[in-house]
Amino acid sequence: MSEHVVSPKIYVVILLALLLGTYLTVSAALRDFGPWNIVIALTIATTKALLVVLFFMHAKYSPKRTQLVVMCAVFWLALLLFMTMSDYVSRVDYRGVRYPVSQNFFLTHSPHS
Amino acid sequence: MHRTGELYGQFETLEQQKDSATLGMWIFLVTEVLFFGGLFLTYTVNRHLYFTAFGVGGNMLDLKLGATNTVVLIASSFTMAMSVWAAQTDRKKLLPLFLTLTLILGCVFLGIKYVEYKQKFDHHLVPGHSFDLTYRINHPTPGDSPKELEGERKEIEDAIQTEAAGTPQERLVALNAHTQLYFSLYFGMTGLHALHMIIGAGLLIWVIRESLKGRFTAAYNTPIEIVGLYWHFVDIVWIYLFALLYLINRHAV
Amino acid sequence: MSTASTANVGPALKMPEKHYLNATYGIRSWLLTTDHKRIALLYLVSVTFFFFIGGFFAMMIRLHLLTPSGYLLTADTYNRMFTMHGVAMIFFFLIPSIPAILGNFLIPLMVGAKDLAFPKVNLLSWYIYIVGGCFTLYSMVTGGLDTGWTFYTPLSTVYSNSAVAPAVVGIFITGFSSILTGLNFLVTVHTMRAPGMTWFRLPLFVWAHYATSVVMILGTPVIAITLGLAAMERVFGLGFFNPAMGGDPILFQHLFWFYSHPAVYIMILPAMGVISELIPTFARKKLFGYHFVAAASLAIAVIGFLVWTHHMFLTGQSTYAAIAFSFLTFLVAIPSAVKTFNWTATLFGGSISFDTPMLYAFGFLGLFLIGGLTGLFLGCLGVDMHVHDTYFVVAHFHYIMVGGAVMGYLGGLHFWWPKITGRMYPEWLARIAALILFVGFNLTFFPQFVLGYLGMPRRYHVYPPEFQVYNVMSTAGASILAVGYLLPMIYLTWAAFYGKVAGNNPWPATGLEWTTASPPPTENFAATPVVTWEAYDFHNRPDLGLDVPAGHPGIVPAHGDD
Repeated sequence: MSEHVVSPKIYVVILLALLLGTYLTVSAALRDFGPWNIVIALTIATTKALLVVLFFMHAKYSPKRTQLVVMCAVFWLALLLFMTMSDYVSRVDYRGVRYPVSQNFFLTHSPHS
Repeated sequence: MHRTGELYGQFETLEQQKDSATLGMWIFLVTEVLFFGGLFLTYTVNRHLYFTAFGVGGNMLDLKLGATNTVVLIASSFTMAMSVWAAQTDRKKLLPLFLTLTLILGCVFLGIKYVEYKQKFDHHLVPGHSFDLTYRINHPTPGDSPKELEGERKEIEDAIQTEAAGTPQERLVALNAHTQLYFSLYFGMTGLHALHMIIGAGLLIWVIRESLKGRFTAAYNTPIEIVGLYWHFVDIVWIYLFALLYLINRHAV
Repeated sequence: MSTASTANVGPALKMPEKHYLNATYGIRSWLLTTDHKRIALLYLVSVTFFFFIGGFFAMMIRLHLLTPSGYLLTADTYNRMFTMHGVAMIFFFLIPSIPAILGNFLIPLMVGAKDLAFPKVNLLSWYIYIVGGCFTLYSMVTGGLDTGWTFYTPLSTVYSNSAVAPAVVGIFITGFSSILTGLNFLVTVHTMRAPGMTWFRLPLFVWAHYATSVVMILGTPVIAITLGLAAMERVFGLGFFNPAMGGDPILFQHLFWFYSHPAVYIMILPAMGVISELIPTFARKKLFGYHFVAAASLAIAVIGFLVWTHHMFLTGQSTYAAIAFSFLTFLVAIPSAVKTFNWTATLFGGSISFDTPMLYAFGFLGLFLIGGLTGLFLGCLGVDMHVHDTYFVVAHFHYIMVGGAVMGYLGGLHFWWPKITGRMYPEWLARIAALILFVGFNLTFFPQFVLGYLGMPRRYHVYPPEFQVYNVMSTAGASILAVGYLLPMIYLTWAAFYGKVAGNNPWPATGLEWTTASPPPTENFAATPVVTWEAYDFHNRPDLGLDVPAGHPGIVPAHGDD
């Protein structure tokens, strides 16, 4: 397997892109985009992560097997997060109140009542 | 103990050895993704349940220090990539230089982390019996800006309203408990990350010593590459931690 | 079909002069070995030790349950017995057993390599296992655990008065042993196959361990962080899983089962791999549908990660989520069924012999079938509503884990014993022991299906008097089962020193491991093998000395040879 030597020029470009991303994500966070704030933050974070994986970690120049390994990691993490959250967002307790009941814990178990 | 550069007994060729080492490190990083993933799930669930408390907690973190740390770690990833380049192109003098820069930047990161942790400790924001999110506003020190404290007080008062019904005192207790969950995650996730950085620093010290002995060449530089993979992974985790812990509800302040 | 053993052993054969067992001497050469074969034996000793521990706790449970009102143990002690039985058996016996012993020994031999990819990491794996085991043993001797092996919160993190923290730390540590073994296997299979050993010429044992390693790599880190969080919560009073502090016990369950369900596939896939080796060998026939069985192993590994919430049907899930997970649970049964059909189809038209490993394989086929089907019953929402947390569940998983995984383990141990030790076990005694085990097992666990269906809850130290007859049957069966376990331990140990010399390939079988000496030399092969035959191809292997006429209806011709 021949080694691919990545030119420092590319590394500098990626470095600048990552720094730009950091600046963007901080300034976006300081503004109010409502529910889009988290979307913007995670999109920028994922883009930065992708640049690090592809170029700094040489995944772009690695055999397909390496790329499959990376995709498996991402896929399984997504599985863990999405499938668990699918349980949480679909739960409703018998009083018709949003889960978890412990949000109302202090109401029904107050030391004073 | 084999000298670096020699073929280990179980392998047939150096290429097979390098292939195995690289694949081994990538697979190890997969396990790390899932390891941190459990914490990310805990974070996701708790943020979903206690969004306001998480906002309150997030705003108590120092954004400047966090952003600086992000820049420091990104720069260290750059210097790490450059050291791999130096090894691949037989630049025997530049290699230890870039590796040392990476190590220095890593130590800067850990130093800033220490400063942040100390701040939290002083403000009674370490989870445990003495956790008290109102400590800072109730016990201002000369260094605190009044505007900041006022902003924090208002934020806590608004947050109390979003807690489940009860007397204001009960709601404050609830908010305190939920903010404590946030800080447990903050210390858990950044602490685990810092532990990985310390291990990474140890690995860097090892490869710096080996590189000073001139052991890495264009033909053999596998340890640099796999230490690099590990270091970049630690950087990626921080990229997400920064977004998730520091940037929750900043515009509210 | 012949009942006599067809193994080729005896006085004409001689042990090789130098092999991995006598290559070096002394305790240091064993404790500091990097030879995968010696490490496998180190695991054999330690895993058997934990099997005894788990067996001891099982004995206490069954003795106590002889009477409905529990005369032997207090409720609290009973809780500790079943908890520690589960912890010892699952984390320290079942999960390591086949991969760490047979996998470690055989995978380099089967792929044609001198050792695994990372031999020192392999040794580290064993030491990590021992350290984790010590922590857990410490917990056991300082009062034990009473939370159930599932460590549900907040009992385990807040209210339990037992030694939870050391046990949880022990399991956390042992998890890394699993992770490193899986990593080693994956890299070995990818990069260290001998020339000519393509992916689809690999034995299905290797495919099974590859799939197992995928599960180990992806699942174990999650249990590690979960138990780490639980330990932190117990020691430092954090609140993630404690409702009184705003935490959520359901979160613990999600994190716990995300690993612990795929963990059951870590336990069964290697056993299935063993069966895939035994059946073609003792039916003298190429395995039916090799590609399907290989694909099914991977499918089980992947789909197995999608179903964990079926352990949580009764936690207040919404019906929609429950339906989705129930559907996925049915889906995961399909690849297992494909394998079972293929093993059975392999038998059809084969030349079957009833050597001990084949007896275990037959046992596996029937018992795994029952265990697997009852799993589907449990996956049905309506049925689960009634039998969740009853003995029906206990019987189901014991059919899979004992009737399936342990049968596979023992069958494999017998099959490869001549390769590991160079000597053959006593055949007739072994067959009798297999029969005793089979009878004992069914007598122990079949009544438990009835008990569960009638409503006896699990983890209770007392039960209504009308259930006593089934409990007595179960305990009687357990005593017979114990004999079935002890016999192989005794005669296999005896055979290792005094058994008949076995020669390279006593069965004969087609794997690469059978082309080298028994026991193998330290470097496995005298010269790097070059593979030119397909897996389980009895037809194109003149070196096996089989009398195989061309066009024999029972044996499928090799590719391009009609």
